[in-house]
Amino acid sequence: MLRIKDYASVVGEGPVEELFLLAERLKGKRIQNVNSTAVGGGVAEILIRMIPLLRDLGVSVWWDVIKGDEKFFSITKKLHNALHGVEVGIGPDELEYFVEVNRENMKEVLREADIHVIHDPQPIALVEEKARVGRKWIWRCHIDFTDPKKEIWEFLKAYIERYDGAVFSAPAFSRPLAIRQVLISPSIDPLSDKNKELPDGIISSICERYRINRERPIVTQISRFDYLKDPVGVIKAYKLVKEYVDCQLVLAGGGATDDPEGMKVLDDVRREAESDPDIFVLFLPPASDIEINALQRASNIVLQKSLREGFGLTVAEALWKGKPVIASAVGGIPLQISHKYSGILTHSIEGTAYWIKQLLNEPEYAKRFGANGKQHIQANFLITRHIRDYLLLFLSLYEQKDIIYL
Amino acid sequence: MENSFRFYTRLNLVELLGRQAKNVAQLLNGLKQVPDSSIYYHTHRFLQQHHYLSPEPPNDFAFWVTNCLSLDSLGEQLASVDTVQFRTIRGLREKFLEILESYCREQNSRNTDCQEGEEFHFMSCRTFILPTPYEARNLKEFCEILKKVSINSIYFHIFEARLRLERGENDFSNWLEDIGQKKLARDISRLDPYTMTLEGLRKKLLQRVSHNVKD
Repeated sequence: MLRIKDYASVVGEGPVEELFLLAERLKGKRIQNVNSTAVGGGVAEILIRMIPLLRDLGVSVWWDVIKGDEKFFSITKKLHNALHGVEVGIGPDELEYFVEVNRENMKEVLREADIHVIHDPQPIALVEEKARVGRKWIWRCHIDFTDPKKEIWEFLKAYIERYDGAVFSAPAFSRPLAIRQVLISPSIDPLSDKNKELPDGIISSICERYRINRERPIVTQISRFDYLKDPVGVIKAYKLVKEYVDCQLVLAGGGATDDPEGMKVLDDVRREAESDPDIFVLFLPPASDIEINALQRASNIVLQKSLREGFGLTVAEALWKGKPVIASAVGGIPLQISHKYSGILTHSIEGTAYWIKQLLNEPEYAKRFGANGKQHIQANFLITRHIRDYLLLFLSLYEQKDIIYL
Repeated sequence: MENSFRFYTRLNLVELLGRQAKNVAQLLNGLKQVPDSSIYYHTHRFLQQHHYLSPEPPNDFAFWVTNCLSLDSLGEQLASVDTVQFRTIRGLREKFLEILESYCREQNSRNTDCQEGEEFHFMSCRTFILPTPYEARNLKEFCEILKKVSINSIYFHIFEARLRLERGENDFSNWLEDIGQKKLARDISRLDPYTMTLEGLRKKLLQRVSHNVKD
């Protein structure tokens, strides 16, 4: 198991020392996290990584999961889609059932704690208990909702404003609210299989397995096969580049085989790619972290040409590997890339093609973006910063001022 | 301990104000109303988040106006606000307001919106200040600690103390003055920390201090 001190080799002694200083000031505080699933999904992944490290720092923190039946989760799926702006047709009886299941969970799930951190909309109504038990309550929203359906937002807002604070992953997700709102961006783990250093031999053998030639330039997009990631747009940009500059294109990602839309996107991508032997469409099985790591490291340029994006952590992963990244200015990507400082932000297929050509033709110029990007991720998007933000958030609940002496 | 220098560090929690701007007029309105901590955050974010970059990107207002509204001339004016001259956030805010108000008057309310998704989001920060275990009793110890202390600590004593805590001068110069190192205090005071990276600043501080240790 990784210990918090292991990260000093990556971020330095100072930042790890600061985590201990903060954790010390949380002594005696008990912190409960509540979400709706123990395995799978981004929230569970974050909690699985973060809770052992917080405990290693001496923080009393744990994690509970609410229970719900199929009906409850079909309603929460609708809530999720409505936050993404999809018309879902959710009835008042369904909202009532949603609240009812939350109330049933109160007795089971809520335990004596000083701070309750409730993740995402599924358990949001647990905050009704605040009136009885008091203590501090935080709503942590992991969802991108730049364009939520009004009636659903109003329904959720009534609960959100009962909390002491709300946490969002990117500035665009924030709304006028009567409570404090905090920005905590997600992070990557530099010591995980997806991001750790890899020997060159492993990178080469993985490229050979997929018949990718490391002697020629490689342009890569890692993402699941989804229209919102615009893989067909990526191929079109590549074709514009290919008229002038030799390169290979790798489109790699996973997806659920029972997701009919994902399979249709994959078919479209394969059709668009079939006449060109330099396009590699790789449908990766789950647990392909080492392969993804190797493909990113083998690349000359990494793309993330999403039409919409939550935070877009694949950008952080590529930057961490010192790669020049060309990405769309959507969701959390502009937080990770400052245009022409730590990468390139584009808005179109043509713009993406233009910058791929520039960076392939001027590798020294491209290298500077990669180097700056890596520094930016090191300072702002590693798990140690994420832990620091949570510690500060917990401490901030007991303070009112903007400048706090600890 | 009398006449010793305790190194502090500072850590920021970023807050979202739920307010955005799509054009210069909305930026101006926002700038009038957001708290001081927001002005501080947007004029120092790049310094803190991109402390390795040289040349450093300018403040958030200039960056947004240039890159999202393509108003290069206004962007340049905002970028060239000489932050080091200001002793209070209030003064700094007034300077930005003056530039934006003048621009809006000249434009006669013609406002171009940014592209959807590129809005300016007002943020602010809550700053936590805490002591580190490091304390210097003389210049030699000061120099040794300066080499190893976190970049957040140097940032705190140079930027945060002077402008945000309105101490008028950076903490290092204040202490050096107290221990009789008046020339060194002045030398450090004359540095423009806004025009170098934080690691570059550490190097410059070390050069000056170590020179005096030898003396």
